[in-house]
Amino acid sequence: MRHLLKIRNVRRVAQVFFFFLFLFFVFVTDLRYLKGYPVSLFLELDPLVAFATAITTHTIYMGLLWCLLLIVPTLLFGRIFCNWICPYGILHHFTGWLLGKRRADERERIEANRYRKLYSLKYVILIGMIAAAIGGTLQIGWLDPICLFHRSMSTVILPLINLFFPSSIYVRQYFHVGAWAIGFLLVFLVGMNVVIPRFFCRVLCPLGAFLGTLSTAALWRIDRDTTKCVDCDLCLKSCEGASDPHTQLRKSECFVCFNCIEDCPEDALSFKFLPPLQREVTAPAVPGRRAFLGTLLGLGFYAFARTSGASDRNYDKKVIRPPGSVEEKDFLDRCIKCDQCIRTCPTNVLQPAVLESGLEGLWTPILNMKIGFCEVNCTLCGQVCPTGAIQRITIEEKTGTGPFEKEGPVKLGTAFYDYGRCLPWAMETPCVVCEEVCPVSPKAIYSREVTITKRDGNPITLRRPYVDPALCIGCGICEHECPVTDEAAIRVSAVGETRSRDRRLLMDGGVTSAVQELEKRQR
Amino acid sequence: MSVSKSSPSTSQPEESVSRREFLVRLGITGALLAGSGFAARKLWQPNHFVPGFEKEKGLQLRSYALEASKLLPSLAIVHGTEHEKTIRAALGALGGMGRFVQKGDVVLIKPNVAFDRPPALAATTHPDALRAVAKLCFEAGARKVVVADNPINSPTGCFFKSGLTAVASDMNLDLLYPETNSFVPLSLDGEILKEWTFFHTPFKQATKVIGLAPCKDHNLCHASMTMKNWYGLLGGRRNQFHQQIHSIVSDFALMMKPTLVILDGLNVLMSNGPTGGRLSDVKTMNTIVAGTDMLAVDAYGYTHLLERDLAELTYIHKAHDRGLGNKNWKDTVYKELQA
Repeated sequence: MRHLLKIRNVRRVAQVFFFFLFLFFVFVTDLRYLKGYPVSLFLELDPLVAFATAITTHTIYMGLLWCLLLIVPTLLFGRIFCNWICPYGILHHFTGWLLGKRRADERERIEANRYRKLYSLKYVILIGMIAAAIGGTLQIGWLDPICLFHRSMSTVILPLINLFFPSSIYVRQYFHVGAWAIGFLLVFLVGMNVVIPRFFCRVLCPLGAFLGTLSTAALWRIDRDTTKCVDCDLCLKSCEGASDPHTQLRKSECFVCFNCIEDCPEDALSFKFLPPLQREVTAPAVPGRRAFLGTLLGLGFYAFARTSGASDRNYDKKVIRPPGSVEEKDFLDRCIKCDQCIRTCPTNVLQPAVLESGLEGLWTPILNMKIGFCEVNCTLCGQVCPTGAIQRITIEEKTGTGPFEKEGPVKLGTAFYDYGRCLPWAMETPCVVCEEVCPVSPKAIYSREVTITKRDGNPITLRRPYVDPALCIGCGICEHECPVTDEAAIRVSAVGETRSRDRRLLMDGGVTSAVQELEKRQR
Repeated sequence: MSVSKSSPSTSQPEESVSRREFLVRLGITGALLAGSGFAARKLWQPNHFVPGFEKEKGLQLRSYALEASKLLPSLAIVHGTEHEKTIRAALGALGGMGRFVQKGDVVLIKPNVAFDRPPALAATTHPDALRAVAKLCFEAGARKVVVADNPINSPTGCFFKSGLTAVASDMNLDLLYPETNSFVPLSLDGEILKEWTFFHTPFKQATKVIGLAPCKDHNLCHASMTMKNWYGLLGGRRNQFHQQIHSIVSDFALMMKPTLVILDGLNVLMSNGPTGGRLSDVKTMNTIVAGTDMLAVDAYGYTHLLERDLAELTYIHKAHDRGLGNKNWKDTVYKELQA
């Protein structure tokens, strides 16, 4: 009984619990199961998300206030998040054990867990990301472990499971543009555990660096009783953080896994309240010049990305953002690339961007109408977005109905015909699937009947489609359902989106004959 | 070799192989040789083919129709305001659900949930209609009721928001989504429809098939009623259908011989179909039409519910001329009553 109640086992129970809680939340982020589960919980607990978005937006969006729940124990006990709660840390802990030098002799394991200078790299990364955020672009999502793990699950792991077990996750197989890159990054980071145990956590993790910095002020820490210690270094055998418990503890590196306490044959180690400062390395060891370099890189990244113009005048027609998204520059201030929106999208239309919205927009969500379309009666992406890059709008706000009739619907872009590819326009063939599926009422796509003489001399009556730009909401189902499947004869492009006044197409929301007709009928 | 050199005292002659080892090793190599030859011969494809033009042999769908009755009506037109009461009266007029569903039957109800719409917009089968029909099936002794459709919008969203998911879980109906492995090729000798991918899983167990369609305007083929409803049993590149829409819809009457079809005309989508989108597109007509001949049902629906001229509904004439039903519903045995 005593053996079972060892703190190591308590920690293992917590790790299994939080890991599977995370997986559970990822799994239920689906229209069928979502109900009211707080699926964004881990992202909302993540203080780096709250901190960095507070820098870029000067606000803390809705549930991000939960980060206080994590800041408090970190300030008291240090980085317990890393080895007790963080699902990505737990993944690396487990795979490090599975793939690592677990069968090697004790000496080798001890050597693998000694602190290395390389481990200060994560602080440079953090400084760079914060500098970029101060400049005005949010880039923590590249490596923040919760965002990174969420993204890997949404775009790689779940589709992979569904590939091997069809319809186990999705009714129809989901696809994600550039999933291979996200997949290889995941495999690389997991594989690096063979070379350096917990490579990601020790070397790269910006959240670890953030919590490490906070834990400078922690009141409790592991302490070594020098009178009992025989310098056997056995405490390093299973040290997860490589925090040097055998000498002066590096407080900011310690994951508070408690392995060292149980591994110590002399009972020289204990978790103590306010032990003397001389016996610890209190602050993260980052040389000032490296910190300066990190700042330069971060600000440079911001400057180079912004002056490329992708978020400004040179915006790409393919950057069609989810309904409820804020204006593009604000979007880049908020989006953490966690890709939860992509996970919950019921039509698979949301895709991780590659370079459409510039380097800074990598892995942010854009709509790909070839793969899906935006469902009119759906705002799931905004419901799960933890940072408000996609605002938590209602169906009425999205469709411009009820109290929002005056504002009109949220438009994602505008559909344009490519008449050279359109069957009734160019190929004497009836079609107008686009008109059939157009979900607004009255339909934004309308057709005019024409009778033409075919090549063989016989007459044919066709319906030729047109778009009413005032009614089109840019949902893209016309493009999705067009029989010209490689490059549709009607395609949505970003212009006309309502989130940005600069990118609208018509004055005053646009008044065409159909809209006037509509107003007449309402009176 | 090194072993024998380092121990010269051993009595075994150098580099000898025992008979046993000789046979075993010969056997392994021989088996691998024979195996690779056999496998290569088995897998060898001696002829080329033209990609996309392989001969397919698809499923032949059986008829689920009952033998025609001389005594009982084949069409019931019932005016009422509530789904359950009106549908029950319609079935009563046809001789009761017991005429169509017997004890132990597995009934497939095919609703139209093509779009992700709430029930009030009348673009999808109403949940109360499904509830009423399923209830009647169970009362008649059905062992199981299966509900399936292959929507245009996302399947889970369509079923969820049309309210059918809730009915299915309430009443313990089997809701089948169009999953990756749900489709097989179908063969048909239609005017246009010859080989097409077909949503087959619902038919694996079904012994009776009931079509339960809303009555809707349609931008291209004028109306979507009980015949057009079978569109949702097909997969693949359905967006090509519009190039020959009337031929295709008339082919559905050949493809599917249902036990019964029910047209829900309590609330009719009069404009902006088939998607609708505003309450002003919907008109209350307070009528349920049920029958064994979908042409007769649709003909009534087009003239009396959508209130249009049947002459323009090309597909119904095509189907009638091919002998797939009778569009002249007044010539059939029918009953019209008030619920």
